[in-house]
Amino acid sequence: MASFGGQVSRSRDLDKLLLRPGHLVGPDFDPGTDLREGLKEFVKILVVGAGGLGCELLKDLALSGFRHLEVIDMDRIEVSNLNRQFLFRLQDVGKPKAEVAAQRVMERVSGVNIVPHFCRIEDKEIDFYSDFSIIALGLDSIEARSYINSVACSFLEYEDDDTPKGESIKPMVDGGTEGFKGHARVILPGKTPCFECTIWLFPPQVKFPLCTLAETPRTAAHCIEYAHLIKWDEVHGGKAFDPDEPDHMNWVYSEALKRADLFGIPGVTYQLTQGVVKNIIPAIASTNAIISAACALETLKIASDCSKTLSNYLTYNGAEGLHTKVTEFVRDKDCLVCGPGALVELDMSTTLQKFIELLEEHPKLLLSKASISHKGKNLYMQAPPILEEQTRSNLTQPLFHLIGKKTRDVVHATGTISKNGTKTSSLKKVRIVFTGVDGTAEMDMVSGA
Amino acid sequence: MAEHKIKYDRQLRIWGELGQVALEKASICLLNCGPTGSETLKNLVLGGIGSITVIDGSKVDEGDLGNNFMLDESSIGHPKAKCVCSFLQELNDSVNAKFIEEYPEKLLESNPSFFAQFSLVIATQLMENSVVKLDRICREANIMLIIARSYGLTGLVRISVKEHAVIETKPDHFLDDLRLNNPWPELKSFADTIDLNTPDPVAHKHIPYVIILVRIAEEWEKSHGGTLPSTRDEKKEFKELIKSKMAAIDEDNYKEAIEASFKLFAPRGISSNLQKIISDNRVELDSTSSDFWVMVAALKEFISNEGGGEPPLEGSIPDMTSSTEHYVNLQMIYQAKAEADYQIIESKVRNILKTIGRDTQSISKAAIKSFCRNARKLTVCRYRSIQEEFTAPNSSELQKYLTDEDYSLAVGFYILLRAADRFAANYNSFPGQFDGEMDEDISRLKTTAVSLLNDLGCNGTTLTEDLINEMCRFGAAEIHAVAAFIGGIASQEVIKLITKQFIPMSGTFIFNGIDHKSQLLSL
Ligand SMILES: [Zn+2]
Repeated sequence: MASFGGQVSRSRDLDKLLLRPGHLVGPDFDPGTDLREGLKEFVKILVVGAGGLGCELLKDLALSGFRHLEVIDMDRIEVSNLNRQFLFRLQDVGKPKAEVAAQRVMERVSGVNIVPHFCRIEDKEIDFYSDFSIIALGLDSIEARSYINSVACSFLEYEDDDTPKGESIKPMVDGGTEGFKGHARVILPGKTPCFECTIWLFPPQVKFPLCTLAETPRTAAHCIEYAHLIKWDEVHGGKAFDPDEPDHMNWVYSEALKRADLFGIPGVTYQLTQGVVKNIIPAIASTNAIISAACALETLKIASDCSKTLSNYLTYNGAEGLHTKVTEFVRDKDCLVCGPGALVELDMSTTLQKFIELLEEHPKLLLSKASISHKGKNLYMQAPPILEEQTRSNLTQPLFHLIGKKTRDVVHATGTISKNGTKTSSLKKVRIVFTGVDGTAEMDMVSGA
Repeated sequence: MAEHKIKYDRQLRIWGELGQVALEKASICLLNCGPTGSETLKNLVLGGIGSITVIDGSKVDEGDLGNNFMLDESSIGHPKAKCVCSFLQELNDSVNAKFIEEYPEKLLESNPSFFAQFSLVIATQLMENSVVKLDRICREANIMLIIARSYGLTGLVRISVKEHAVIETKPDHFLDDLRLNNPWPELKSFADTIDLNTPDPVAHKHIPYVIILVRIAEEWEKSHGGTLPSTRDEKKEFKELIKSKMAAIDEDNYKEAIEASFKLFAPRGISSNLQKIISDNRVELDSTSSDFWVMVAALKEFISNEGGGEPPLEGSIPDMTSSTEHYVNLQMIYQAKAEADYQIIESKVRNILKTIGRDTQSISKAAIKSFCRNARKLTVCRYRSIQEEFTAPNSSELQKYLTDEDYSLAVGFYILLRAADRFAANYNSFPGQFDGEMDEDISRLKTTAVSLLNDLGCNGTTLTEDLINEMCRFGAAEIHAVAAFIGGIASQEVIKLITKQFIPMSGTFIFNGIDHKSQLLSL
């Protein structure tokens, strides 16, 4: 502050945390202007999602000393966002969320640069994500969280004794809300549990049995799901139901009403129909603000060590009184996502084709139709056709050669796994070790050279 | 208005049309519009609060731009209240946004009756002596007050209201009102019409568990002198009895009956919470009694007379495996009982209103219905005045917190937040506010904290050096993320108080931004 000669600086308040020595701080805290300028110049943060949490996160981070932010979101602004997504106005409806959010924050907070990405998170190369110091998640879907988590964990490298390499840890902060409740967590892959380690915290949604819908409906929701899941297909044949098409929603609503009348079931309304069909989660500004603020504060602490960090899961419940609770969850040592990886022992002559087959049979993986990449480079891609064609010739090559003749390394495999009867895409880390190479590999290399 | 409905859809699903109307009627006054105040109002403006009045006497300087999103370069030198107000207005044009350029401390002195026009006052970053004055004014005028403070990595939120009675508490997990432990005649006779031994397997597995439990309980009572299972062994035996009636292993309705048998084992009658409410001396009514207490008086009469120890039936049942026909019939039986109970309560309410000299129709049918539906879940919150908390704190609680490791940081911050205000009153700056005086401030803050602890009756207790150092390091900084957190909590509580739904927080919430082990202190 002395350098400003008594003048009020824009970082007046943050300076107290960043420039002064502290007593309850992280182990690597090194207060001073270098720290403050370092946050501005060298720390790059990705905000995933520009919805209720994302808007808050962008604002909070822009006012927490960070200058380089990026935001990714595939959605466009809707009227029903406006009760909480405070960066959007009525005239913005229809525009990409990421672009408007970035623009609004840059207009208000000078010096901040925010790069928007209007696309799906899966559309980005894995390398895109490796560029960020910290990834902040403001998502409402388990699948999206799971995906980002697997990407962040894929950067994690382990020493031979299975301890994580510090510089390869990609920290994440994750928030989620529903009504008056929410959670904020810090994920340091390899050190604290990753999303997949504690996946049981997010139990899958219970669906109504089809026989209940078809034969013994009892509630309004049963009537709605009958119209949505059974009657629609009966009447419309191949035409896909689109929940964002008002005509479609109205049709389901009127069919649900008819069925409810038939069985004497009360309670079918248009609002409930939308809620059931789109699985709408109630959302309000205040909860989003609380959870995002906790996430942003943790981001600042991870980046600067200016205080201790949340260890590692905060729950907030404001419906009955006010309850906050910190739980220290533990890692799943065998986690396929953040753990050292599934170990696959190979022969030097094993071809990429054979390796892909082995992944399908491997009891811990059961990954079918895998695409394989190594350090961001595609070794084989199942799709799109153009990439498949380009990489097809690698299939007959020994994997050992394809990865640069290293005796142990990590590759990433993206394929499909079967979970409770449904197929989902999955990214796995595979640690490969070539057996019997101690002498022979060297010899091979010598003779090859 | 359709657009209004779509815009507020995600929150209407939480507090409904009535909650929204309450918000749109409310007028809120904010004292000081730094980031804590601005963020609190932002959340309320987005939700469609009726009107806001922003009161702040300061002008915007460069430092404010670093922590307040409601200001930008063009605001520098202008009144903060004006700038914040105009940005808030931008968020929602259906909100009536006003500002007054004045320091709250001055307004408290010059025009205390000013505050009587609001539904609720939010005081942010206000020092102890002003908070005490404001609280006295608000209590006298029956205005709700919320105090919010952000300070470095700590802060607090406190509600001050004499009494807040909630009918629609909307708890997440609350035992459904099936009355299995005390079934009324119509439910019993309906249960008797259903053949539990039907040879038709489809019919057998579609008998709702409510019927199964009522019938098996009858059977049990016959062989157990009219009592229901109470010991652990009896409960086990009862579950075995249910199991023995299953016709096939996959009968979900019987599995549900076993799982729900605890509802049958629950004691009859009302909860201790409800007992406390009907025993409250506010049930002694006069013409100034609120609608809530009039209805509680009617409820009390009902419980000891027609209800036979039970409150009015809620009238709804959860989904359960059942044929549509049985389920719909069951629903009607529960609804009919709830309607009959409501009729009795309604006539009691009208009688009581007459007795206390009020218009007998002054409480609507809808209000009485809602009261009956929620009778088991009523909640009354009372808050001590700030003055009382400061002059006569609950010292046994305080001692407990001071020795409990889970509370140590939070209670330390509570003491230090108060000590910081005393410090500021003495030295005209907050501890650590200026760089040059750190060492001196640390020892001064320590002395101030020790004398405060003595005043609170905690002689001999000391706070850790680490915490005192941290508090000085904070130097009264208003960190944006902390302000957004505190503002979020404050706005959440405003919503609960205004909509009269859900249960507001009790005590003083102390934010602990170091490890997030925040606590509620009852002092
Ligand atoms: Zn994991």
